[in-house]
Amino acid sequence: MAYESYVLVCGGTACCSGGGTTVVEAFKKELEAAGLKDKVQVVVTGCLGFCEQGPIVKILPQGTFYVQVKAEDVKEIVAEHLVKGRVVQRLCYDPEQAKKLVAEANIPFYQKQYRIVLRNCGIIDPEKIEDYIARDGYKAIEKVLFEMTPEQVVEEILKSGLRGRGGAGFPTGMKWKFAQQQPKGQKYMVCNADEGDPGAYMDRSTLEGDPHSILEAMTIAGYAIGASKGFIYIRAEYPLAIERLQIAIKQAHELGLLGDDILGSGFSFDIELRFGAGAFVCGEETALLQSIEGNRGMPKPRPPFPAVKGLWGRPTVINNVETLANIPVIINKGADWFNKIGTATTKGTKVFALTGKVNNSGLIEVPMGTTLREIIFDIGGGIRGGHQFKAAQTGGPSGGIIPPQFLDTPIDYESLAKIGSIMGSGGLIVMDETDCVVDIAKFYLDFTVDESCGKCAPCRIGGRKLLNYLNKITDGRGTEDDIKQLEAISDAMCKASLCGLGQTASNPVKSTLKYFMDEYMEHIKDKKCRAGKCSKLIQYKIDPAKCKGCTMCARKCPAAAISGTVKQPHAIDQTKCIKCGQCEQTCKFGAISHG
Amino acid sequence: MAKLTLEDLRRLRGEKQKAMEMRDASNKDVQVIVGMGTCGIAAGAKDTFTALVNAISDKGLTNVLIRQTGCMGLCHSEPTVEVVVPGMPTVIYGNVDAATAKDVVEKHIVGHQLIDDKILDRPSIDIVKEA
Amino acid sequence: MSKKLETMTPELRAFIEEWKAKPGNLIMVLHRVQQTYGYIPREIAIETSKILDVPLAKIYGVITFYNFFRLQKAGKYNVQVCLGTACYLRGGDDIIKEFERQLGVGLNATTDDGMFSVEAVRCLGCCGLAPVAVINGEVHGKLSSKDVTGIIKQYRDRG
Ligand SMILES: Cc1cc2nc3c(=O)[nH]c(=O)nc-3n(C[C@H](O)[C@H](O)[C@H](O)COP(=O)(O)O)c2cc1C
Ligand code: SF4
Ligand code: SF4
Ligand code: SF4
Ligand code: FES
Ligand code: FES
Ligand code: FES
Repeated sequence: MAYESYVLVCGGTACCSGGGTTVVEAFKKELEAAGLKDKVQVVVTGCLGFCEQGPIVKILPQGTFYVQVKAEDVKEIVAEHLVKGRVVQRLCYDPEQAKKLVAEANIPFYQKQYRIVLRNCGIIDPEKIEDYIARDGYKAIEKVLFEMTPEQVVEEILKSGLRGRGGAGFPTGMKWKFAQQQPKGQKYMVCNADEGDPGAYMDRSTLEGDPHSILEAMTIAGYAIGASKGFIYIRAEYPLAIERLQIAIKQAHELGLLGDDILGSGFSFDIELRFGAGAFVCGEETALLQSIEGNRGMPKPRPPFPAVKGLWGRPTVINNVETLANIPVIINKGADWFNKIGTATTKGTKVFALTGKVNNSGLIEVPMGTTLREIIFDIGGGIRGGHQFKAAQTGGPSGGIIPPQFLDTPIDYESLAKIGSIMGSGGLIVMDETDCVVDIAKFYLDFTVDESCGKCAPCRIGGRKLLNYLNKITDGRGTEDDIKQLEAISDAMCKASLCGLGQTASNPVKSTLKYFMDEYMEHIKDKKCRAGKCSKLIQYKIDPAKCKGCTMCARKCPAAAISGTVKQPHAIDQTKCIKCGQCEQTCKFGAISHG
Repeated sequence: MAKLTLEDLRRLRGEKQKAMEMRDASNKDVQVIVGMGTCGIAAGAKDTFTALVNAISDKGLTNVLIRQTGCMGLCHSEPTVEVVVPGMPTVIYGNVDAATAKDVVEKHIVGHQLIDDKILDRPSIDIVKEA
Repeated sequence: MSKKLETMTPELRAFIEEWKAKPGNLIMVLHRVQQTYGYIPREIAIETSKILDVPLAKIYGVITFYNFFRLQKAGKYNVQVCLGTACYLRGGDDIIKEFERQLGVGLNATTDDGMFSVEAVRCLGCCGLAPVAVINGEVHGKLSSKDVTGIIKQYRDRG
């Protein structure tokens, strides 16, 4: 018995609450009535990534995608589509809407994602070079080595508008051009796979899923700038990515796609791996070069820029993994294909590691210009557990916190900078009302203080001071003057720090001060944390109306802070309470709460 | 393997592409593709893989190819498994534990039925195939 | 506690000799040392310094700069709790406190019987499973404080 068609009804959280369940029932009933029960299978699915338009119904094998389907619509779908084979236009998604942000690159589908960087991830076997080759792999290298001069390659990348995805957004073509224009001699091509932002794993997934794309891109870059040697600087914490890269390098060597005289073109290029060792600052390019040279990873003042004087004093281009993954596609499809995707200033797509309080956390790739709302509420399926969206964070420890009023900002480098955050490398963390912004600022500061290399005073001392003030505030000892201090130190760090780490370390503080001053004030004046995160500000209280006087809590309390007689309401002595929360967990009558 | 020349590489690509298309269209091979990125493995993809292998040999199926791939991006529903059966739409299942792996073989591959509550959508079109 | 001195394995010596001529070899060599012994023993650092002809002070300068290198042996089971952003937001710090409490050790310390050590790490790359802990390469995801007792028992029982 084989089915002819399948009706997929989204059973994700958003669609279900929008009436998806009744749609399923309706389909079963109507199909039975139409005598199609054995020809059409009704299947409930997980979230289909388009929650705002739910409930979603997809008919296979045709792939017709119906949106906002109600139980009343089902009869028509069955009668028209499944019996007569005619699509019900009225319920189809209007693709015009999807096009508006992606300019001319017709994204012909309802989907919000568009995968250039991740084109092969989840499709090929990363340990088989043949799989990569079959999907146009190493085709760009053919074109580059046999049909283009190095100058033409640089020109093409310039024209594509590609900007660095490692954080700063510097035009990749310009960087290559500087290095190309340096006098001939030993030059180096370095791939930055240090991915230090805690809570982000875009580059790791790309390397694990499609290692050959990075090798091909580095070879192209090597040809363009005149380098014969490349290094991939990768975190030692990524053993699987390292293993797959080692396999890929070996395979490419065997086929003559790396090494001497590649494909008989006369061009030679080789790639070696170098491991990082858990220092965030080594993601910064000058520190990274120090680390490859086997030294402590301390940043150096720029200029001279690495493109002029880099590894062992030679011209060196450093590019991020995601930047590089775009290169073969740009060569194959052309700069004009690429620069139609995205916004006026920022071309192409961006990969984000979407995590935190969203339903569908995962690795996503969207055209530049997509809004946070589309990312969080469509692709991400909205906030977990019915909570409220409070803020999003991009750019990790160097980035800022974005409040709800900017959910509809189309994302690119400039728009994010304007609202006080940065694009960063692609961490996108969603917070709900149970997260405390002061606590988050503290979390990031804690990280940067820990990771500061200590070379320059503004970062070394300023960071520590910022952290002390934040601790004071979350401990309930803050004063209004502390806010002024936070602002002054933040400014000084931005201006006077030597490298990007110190220059951006205060961004989490500055952006939370800007958008959530009221919460800082609550911590300071009312000694209150509305999210209930700052444990020193929490008060546990017993509701006398609910307390049955069972004495359980008093016996559990490690600080002997609870008093009362049997069968009488108990009470907590706030001066003794150490906020361990055990009483709340113990009470069977829900009499104890905190706030 | 010997080093390739330009012509060799082009020929290899052509052959491989054809082989892949055959798999797509020729009603011959069943493919089961398991997501084996760090997070897939962390979520138990290796157990899933073993369960699939066992179920396939229990059923005595000889036309099924099991492959691995990297991250599909659906980390919230790892482990993920894509199932390609001729004459049926290709689907991706999420949260495939050992029990579901058995279902994939018995219900989907043998019984030609899709499994409830587990299907996810491939998140984007394929730019390599798009002309 | 008297410590057994480590001796350099032939494989390690061969690796160092192979890398000796390459510029920027020190960090790669130290990774190999740590891979061999689980930490960087002083006596091996001294020998490495001789073979590579780099001052011991430089070697220690590098070891102490990078978080990844350790100067003490970890417990038989090294509990690495993720405190990356995603895990932190979903309560990673509660998990780490619970491990510390139940094992009676602080961060980066080893239990007296040498069985467990507790470490905070950053983003293990499976944020979808947050909060996450990794014990000798095995990942435990979607943790709550309540799971800690069971996990510790599971490894204790293995001996
Ligand atoms: C503190 C700090 C950390 C950084 N970490 C990374 C990183 O983990 N990965 C990365 O690609 N770039 C990182 N960068 C940016 C690099 O310095 C550099 O700009 C980038 O690798 C250049 O590549 P792109 O032009 O392709 O973006 C970091 C910068 C700073 C200041
Ligand atoms: S800003 Fe911080 S990390 Fe950068 S050089 Fe100065 S001390 Fe080091
Ligand atoms: S456990 Fe609850 S009901 Fe019992 S004494 Fe305490 S507060 Fe009252
Ligand atoms: S929170 Fe802990 S210390 Fe405070 S009253 Fe409850 S049990 Fe006692
Ligand atoms: S819940 Fe149905 S599309 Fe997301
Ligand atoms: S790493 Fe598993 S789907 Fe992303
Ligand atoms: S933040 Fe913990 S795994 Fe990513």
